[in-house]
Amino acid sequence: MKKYLPLIIAGLLAVLPLIGLSSYWMHILILVIMWSVIGMAWNLLGGYCGQVSFGHAAFFGVGAYTAGILYNKLGVSAWWGLPLSIMVVTLFALVIGYICLRLKGPFFALGTLAMGVILRVMAENLTTITEGDLGIMIRERTWIEKTWYFYIILILAALAFFLVKKVIESKLGYYFVAIREDQDAAESLGINTTLYKTIALSLSAIITGLAGAFYTNYMGYIDPKIVFALHDISIVTIMVVMVGGVATFWGPFVGAVIMVFLAELIRTIPKLGAAHHTFFGILLIVIIIFLPNGIVGDLPKLKKLLRMGKAA
Amino acid sequence: MSMLEVKGVSRFFGGLAALTDISFGVEKGEILGLIGPNGAGKTTMFNVVNGFYPPSRGEVYFNQKKISGLKPHQICKMGVARTFQVVRPLQRMSVLDNVIASAFLRVKSRAQAEEIAFETIKFTGLYDDRDVISKGLPLGKRKKLEIARALATHPEMLLLDESFAGLNPTELDESIGIIRRIKERGITIMIIEHHMKVIMAISDRIVVLSYGQKLAEGTPHEIGNNPLVIEAYLGEAESA
Repeated sequence: MKKYLPLIIAGLLAVLPLIGLSSYWMHILILVIMWSVIGMAWNLLGGYCGQVSFGHAAFFGVGAYTAGILYNKLGVSAWWGLPLSIMVVTLFALVIGYICLRLKGPFFALGTLAMGVILRVMAENLTTITEGDLGIMIRERTWIEKTWYFYIILILAALAFFLVKKVIESKLGYYFVAIREDQDAAESLGINTTLYKTIALSLSAIITGLAGAFYTNYMGYIDPKIVFALHDISIVTIMVVMVGGVATFWGPFVGAVIMVFLAELIRTIPKLGAAHHTFFGILLIVIIIFLPNGIVGDLPKLKKLLRMGKAA
Repeated sequence: MSMLEVKGVSRFFGGLAALTDISFGVEKGEILGLIGPNGAGKTTMFNVVNGFYPPSRGEVYFNQKKISGLKPHQICKMGVARTFQVVRPLQRMSVLDNVIASAFLRVKSRAQAEEIAFETIKFTGLYDDRDVISKGLPLGKRKKLEIARALATHPEMLLLDESFAGLNPTELDESIGIIRRIKERGITIMIIEHHMKVIMAISDRIVVLSYGQKLAEGTPHEIGNNPLVIEAYLGEAESA
């Protein structure tokens, strides 16, 4: 049963559009799946390899802009941004990795945070390429309906899920976790920590970039403040994984469901809606104190708490 | 030529000389004990051989190849594995996974790595604890796990940093047994140890360090009767 769980969930999601959901609900579903893709990507680097990045917006934005610029400057369909973003994002990941991966722990986090901000400022100012703050608009949308967008992101999510699973169960996965647990010990066990951290970063960046390229196609409009956003992309990415469960297969998915729904829910609260970051902050504090391993990671603990609640 | 050749190695930390012009060799198949009072530079010596610190002066050769200046992972790949004085298991991994992670150095597939890991944990007597998360392991077993992890990289030479410290007498006997069996497998061992009885019993030769300098080198018997060594350990002869 457990072995087939991914297939069952993928199957259920695949038939979901057939029941005739409203456009709004399709949008929510697409966002949930897109965030689980980004969460899975971050989890590979931050959860398994222990390199906590505060700058995943950098890769999301580069992916998004690859698609956007392709359309805007070369007149090619923005969908080509998906395959092309793999190359472009890898290049950026190698450069960012070369600079940031020599830093450890919090210094790495700050380094990546800076990278995200630097890329945003670059996108704002290189107006000849990126159109700056005006942003890039995809004028001819591929589909009006959301169904196909849903299937495309679902396929991306499935690919990302199996990639992460394969990687984690292989030599790479063991090496990533070894690096997370003790970098010096890993090094003395013959693990080329620089190389494997770079691999983790590149894989993570590629998946995030694909989500970014999808975003451009789906939303039809990007600007630097949206796709390179520190709060709305980089921090929310971390929250998705922290809430769901760091270094678990299902954590990013659970986290994405909670974060997207929560964001929507808070938005509907009159007056307080604008302060959604405050609520996210409170949630993060609660999670770190009571469920440090996230909902999936601390599931046994959570079950126990619920049972105690019932008994009382 | 010896298997491991330390040639005129010095290591400075700022103005402090942790090692001064140390030279010695480790022969293939032997157990070489490295002893000395606290702060003598034993662990620094390991860190130089293992690649954590490049020597400030001098060179280290392993199988006639220069290894000083290489990175730890390269040195490990060449066949030198080490354990740490302060045990450093991969805390949130099970015992088996810990050993699998290091077994991957020589093989690609998980099945092969598992095979090496199973063989290694049986050899070190950790088989019954294979599914325990290593954070919760008692010290004696964590020390064994350190040895198992190093062994799983299939080294030609093993550097053991105080693998006996803090063990109870039963564990001590077990560990001595393990080390003798490692030697029988043809693996060369360099060992740092404070436990004099153990070091005298298992070493073929002993190198004594004191204040970063080599004080003496010889068989356990020679070392035990060397006035310089006795002085370094017990103080000056007059006051004794």
